[in-house]
Amino acid sequence: MGDEVVLLDFWPSVFGMRLRIALAEKGIEYEYREEDLRNKSELLLEMNPVHKKIPVLIHNDKPICESIVAVQYIDEVWNKKAPFFPSDPYQRAQARFWADYIDNKMYDAGRRVWSSKGDELEAAKKDFLEVLKVLEAELGDKPYFGGETFGYVDLTLIPFCFWFYAYESCRNFSIKAQCPKLNAWANRCMKKETVAKSLADKLKVGECVIKRCLGLISETVTEGWVDAGCYPSDASPAFNFVCCVGC
Amino acid sequence: MEEVKLLGTWSSPFSYRVLWALELKGIPYQYTEEDLYNKSPFLVKCNPVHKKIPVLVHGGKPICESMVILEYLDGPWPHNPLLPSDPYERAVARFWAKFADDKGTVIWTMFRSTGEEQKEAVKGSLEMLRTIEDLALGDKKFFGGERIGMVDLAFGALAHWLGVFEEIVGIRLLEPESFPRLHKWTKNFKEEPAIKENLPDKDKMLSNFRCLREKLLASP
Repeated sequence: MGDEVVLLDFWPSVFGMRLRIALAEKGIEYEYREEDLRNKSELLLEMNPVHKKIPVLIHNDKPICESIVAVQYIDEVWNKKAPFFPSDPYQRAQARFWADYIDNKMYDAGRRVWSSKGDELEAAKKDFLEVLKVLEAELGDKPYFGGETFGYVDLTLIPFCFWFYAYESCRNFSIKAQCPKLNAWANRCMKKETVAKSLADKLKVGECVIKRCLGLISETVTEGWVDAGCYPSDASPAFNFVCCVGC
Repeated sequence: MEEVKLLGTWSSPFSYRVLWALELKGIPYQYTEEDLYNKSPFLVKCNPVHKKIPVLVHGGKPICESMVILEYLDGPWPHNPLLPSDPYERAVARFWAKFADDKGTVIWTMFRSTGEEQKEAVKGSLEMLRTIEDLALGDKKFFGGERIGMVDLAFGALAHWLGVFEEIVGIRLLEPESFPRLHKWTKNFKEEPAIKENLPDKDKMLSNFRCLREKLLASP
């Protein structure tokens, strides 16, 4: 039976990146469809009536929504290659716990770093660093969160790390200095072909941000970026300019 | 069989998600009531990241976060499964469990606020209930089908806590005429012995949450 796999996505989305990595890890062929978040397709609205958001995985016409739900689905269906989870139930629970932590803490903490100023920014940086330190402690000396091999937690986290460079350039704190193990882990992951080809082009993101702050493209072009886990759309133009230089 | 402990609190729907699951599966456990204003060293040791309940401790090993615990239980105790076996059905269940966690907080916001903030929260709560009514339940007896499953437990707060909050703030959300399926589900859910025999006392809840609301509104 032929499997038909379609991914409704948006190129800078950190959540979409998770699915691209998952599909690449399993060697699954799929059709990538870029959504215009200002003009969502009928298909997207039909496949995700609850949230009307990307990414949506469509497998033989059946939609799976929410990135961490879809990643688990991919692992369970295409279970002969590159398992994302350990086999031990307790270790699986730990992996789920950390994915939940990343989803709840990382997104909010990172967003506040991006959009705050003054005292609020200092507090946001402190909170963000706390989150990173907790993750650094959990990683320890393992090459990946899953142990020897790249797995569920690594996959959940790595798309956010795409923004580390931007934070370091513009928010004046060094992730490398504060969380050296996490930094090394991020570099290790990004060397993997499946990850490297799935992450949005840094330069393309930077270019879009420059154009926006120079008024060459309207704010509506980057509308929806915040929801997709890319923060620049709600930061000041001056900050955006500095940021893309860093990128 | 290794020992199972549950650290929880009598008034938390998250704590009850796990308690109900243990009861439904007939898993023997030792329950410890935690004082959240004076957390035990054991709780902090078991959940250093969040320092929250519920925590399940199985053979000395802690598992935290209620939905993570529910997913865990089917592993060592596969009978009366909380999740379906088909991968697509599992994905649908996980989607709704995540929806319950992500959107459910709007009910708490309605409870702890006043004025404009509360108005917005009421609007959000009604939208959430509408989505569940129209898209999640269908004509099934439970979200899990014929038997209670993970999604039913995830939405458990709607069956018992919502009524208490509605009474305290004086706003009715879950009207039977507007939400017939959901309303029927709350009745079916609370009639299951494992649930019926394990619900916090309503009067105690009213008194406790009334007090809590006053405290929350009084603080800056």
